[in-house]
Amino acid sequence: MAIPPLSEQELIQQYGPHLNYEPPGGWLAEHEPDRLVKTHCCFCGVQCGIQLKVHNDKVVGFEPWEDFPVNQGKLCPKGVKRYLQNNHPDRLLHPLIRTGSGFREADWEAALSLVVENIQRIQEQYGKDAFAVLSGASVTNEKAYLMGKFARVALQTANIDYNGRLCMVSAGAANKMAFGIDRAANPWSDIPLTQLVLVTGSNVGECFPILTDYLWRARDNGAKLIAIDPRMTPVARTADLFLPVRPGRDSALMNGILHILIEHDWVDHDFINAHTKGFESVQAAVAEYTPQRTAEISGVPAASIVRAAEMWAEAEKSMLLHARGIEHHTKGVENVLSCINLVLATGRIGKPGCGYGTITGQGNGQGGREHGQRCNQLPGGRDIENPQHRAEIARIWKIDESDLPHIGLTAVELMDAVDTGQIKGLLSLSFNPLVSLPDTKLTRSALEKLEFYAAIDPFMSETARYADVVLAGSLQEEDEGTVTNGEGRVVRIRQAVPPPGNARVDWEIIVDIAHRLGKELLFPYAEPEDLFRELCRASAGGPVDYAGLNYAKIEQHNGIFWPCPSREHPGTPRLFEDGAFAHSDGKAQFHAVTYRPPDEDVDAAYPIIMTSGRVVSQYLSGTQTRRIGPLVDQYPGPQIEVHPRLAEQYDIQSGDMVCVESRRSSVTLPALVVRTIRPDTIFIPYHWPGEQAANRVTNRALDPISKIPEFKVCAVRLRKVEAGV
Amino acid sequence: MEFFIDPSRCIGCQACVHACAECESHRGVSMIHLDYVDRASSPQTTPTVCMHCEDPTCARVCPADAIKQTAEGVVQSALQPRCIGCSNCVLACPFGVPRYLGEMDQMMKCDMCYDRTSADLKPMCATVCPSGALFFGTKEEIEQKRQEKPINRFTFGRQVVTTKVHLMVGDPASDEMEFDVASFCEGVGS
Repeated sequence: MAIPPLSEQELIQQYGPHLNYEPPGGWLAEHEPDRLVKTHCCFCGVQCGIQLKVHNDKVVGFEPWEDFPVNQGKLCPKGVKRYLQNNHPDRLLHPLIRTGSGFREADWEAALSLVVENIQRIQEQYGKDAFAVLSGASVTNEKAYLMGKFARVALQTANIDYNGRLCMVSAGAANKMAFGIDRAANPWSDIPLTQLVLVTGSNVGECFPILTDYLWRARDNGAKLIAIDPRMTPVARTADLFLPVRPGRDSALMNGILHILIEHDWVDHDFINAHTKGFESVQAAVAEYTPQRTAEISGVPAASIVRAAEMWAEAEKSMLLHARGIEHHTKGVENVLSCINLVLATGRIGKPGCGYGTITGQGNGQGGREHGQRCNQLPGGRDIENPQHRAEIARIWKIDESDLPHIGLTAVELMDAVDTGQIKGLLSLSFNPLVSLPDTKLTRSALEKLEFYAAIDPFMSETARYADVVLAGSLQEEDEGTVTNGEGRVVRIRQAVPPPGNARVDWEIIVDIAHRLGKELLFPYAEPEDLFRELCRASAGGPVDYAGLNYAKIEQHNGIFWPCPSREHPGTPRLFEDGAFAHSDGKAQFHAVTYRPPDEDVDAAYPIIMTSGRVVSQYLSGTQTRRIGPLVDQYPGPQIEVHPRLAEQYDIQSGDMVCVESRRSSVTLPALVVRTIRPDTIFIPYHWPGEQAANRVTNRALDPISKIPEFKVCAVRLRKVEAGV
Repeated sequence: MEFFIDPSRCIGCQACVHACAECESHRGVSMIHLDYVDRASSPQTTPTVCMHCEDPTCARVCPADAIKQTAEGVVQSALQPRCIGCSNCVLACPFGVPRYLGEMDQMMKCDMCYDRTSADLKPMCATVCPSGALFFGTKEEIEQKRQEKPINRFTFGRQVVTTKVHLMVGDPASDEMEFDVASFCEGVGS
């Protein structure tokens, strides 16, 4: 039983989250920087350039990096204040070993010996696959590659997956199905060149704030904006057309828009004939999505649906962008395919100012999903069940193909397997499933059953509290490497400062464990670029080709877009030019989508839709951002957004405590009564743990193809909690 | 180079507020206010930086003559030795900019990042602003880039104020936009 060795209060007292407000030494200390380090923000997939001010090997502030083309010095509040995570009082400085009464500081020898001993014990007793690895998509490409190889070669387990499974895997799967490749089709510099931007399921202003400027640059040039969202977000507020879709109905809405385009023959027959397959099936599938029927399903008035189709048709160039709002569904893949169908039917892809893409959420949401830390994938975006791909990687890794494990469990399934006892041991890196997975109660129950759990993290996350060994790892600014941003641009992450105390860079910890497992010769890395060189070699000729990249080239060009197959190749900012898609026949594939309801729809007992998302001042499970004082002050805790019409039914005023109850559990939080949300829907941001966790309530049901959970829609009921009760 | 504000582009992220607090001359204290106009009905927020009036009301009402203008027209914080903490300026400013800071016993306000602009850098807030709500550049540049028009003359009752900082003003019709999501759902049927 791995219940935490201390009470929650005691754990918080020792390991935080505490709030850091000031740079090292306080505001009045002299901070004349010794150097400025050009690197990137550690948070979202935009990967803004930033210069970190370093004084005495501590990050003491920032200076905008105006020459970096993606953000040109712009930053969101998380980027501005991220320097406060370095030199933080909660920073883990030593490995910790759990005792009967807490955690004790240990040396690396003792901590890693314990890890290796337990890996070997569990694998001998229960089999190789009984020890699993969960990794993150905030880590560098080097670490993502290493984690995949470590699991398959050092642990020989099939069970490795990552928290990108909670992010955009439905978009990735749909992109592979439609285009044969999983990457945003256009650089963001195409946005200002377009005439129409359709943003669906993306709160751009809060989740990718810097892209707001790209939208405005397009609009300054005369472009129109269509926003599809159940909430009036800061960007939706300014849209030319706002479609307040009912959560979980996205594919019906896109089918409805395409229905009108086909009805008026506003499609591009030449493009369809020359570059695609399967249009007839889509044409047949959308035939029944008349404006009236689409309106009834989607909750969007028929006139608005017609207007969206007209605006799409009137524009010669368009960009369709989406994010988690349409992807976090049991039909996430179908939702994304319904968007791609619209793009393909009108030939709006592969041209300047004309294209499509998912906006990846995590810092390395793109690169983190390319290099083999997914249960079904090998480096270079290769398929772990493809014999040729297996042989290619086995050769690079110098192992026998028959020793290479096959497909393993996805992140949510993996945690379920922990709960059922199939998996007994776990190693995690940069993943906080107790906050980020749906149905917190089940995750907690699973963690309590682990025989052995080792967590690598710079801070004691809520999940790490369940660990037997916590390995003090590194922050992004403490290591070298690369990250691939949401447009497919590989950028350089620089080490600004060394890890403090006895903390170590993550990749060294993993390599050390591999060596202790007897695999010294297979993990011969002295520096991150050794890993990157091997990654590039392993990716050569694969679907995700980095073969022509190296650190110097990336730095020289402010990032390079993959595919980049050779040293001479300049990289590929825009995909699919001249209609050349990545399937073997060069054609894009339509997929007919028929709308089906969410896994859990509203009914008499649970009559209200709940959806979840982010706020601008927090990032993911908050392991970092809930420790940064100014960011916490900006939005101290989750509130339930409720429309006044719904609030009136339950006699709720802003500030009243409201219990939101689903079939799984309940959460009680203050209400924020706003006219900026659909009256049939409530919204709760998900960054907080424990009693404040939105994921206590969310649904663990998975998309059948991508295995992404349905964070964005479940059925709840409301109850006002009277003060003093 | 001049300063332009377009509140209609503000996304409320507060990057400007946080970045302002990094300034060497007032570390840890932000000189920018960012407010919701009315959160119940809209996510609209508005950033307030000093408008740097040509004839600053704050300086006029200061009994200690503590508020000075630079040759470039930048209105500065109260001079600490002179400021008597009376808050006349706080009450009189037509834009609601100055704040009296008790712990410093001084009125402090946005000085358009004098330390940065005098070194040919843009003000911190306008450098980081991710939406373009705060912009620092030439008038020609912004007039060429944007459809909204810069204005710098404001009427408050009988007082006419001309400012160094410009406000971008768009099509008045956009002000009539409905902000109740329920009204966007009307006519759907079931």
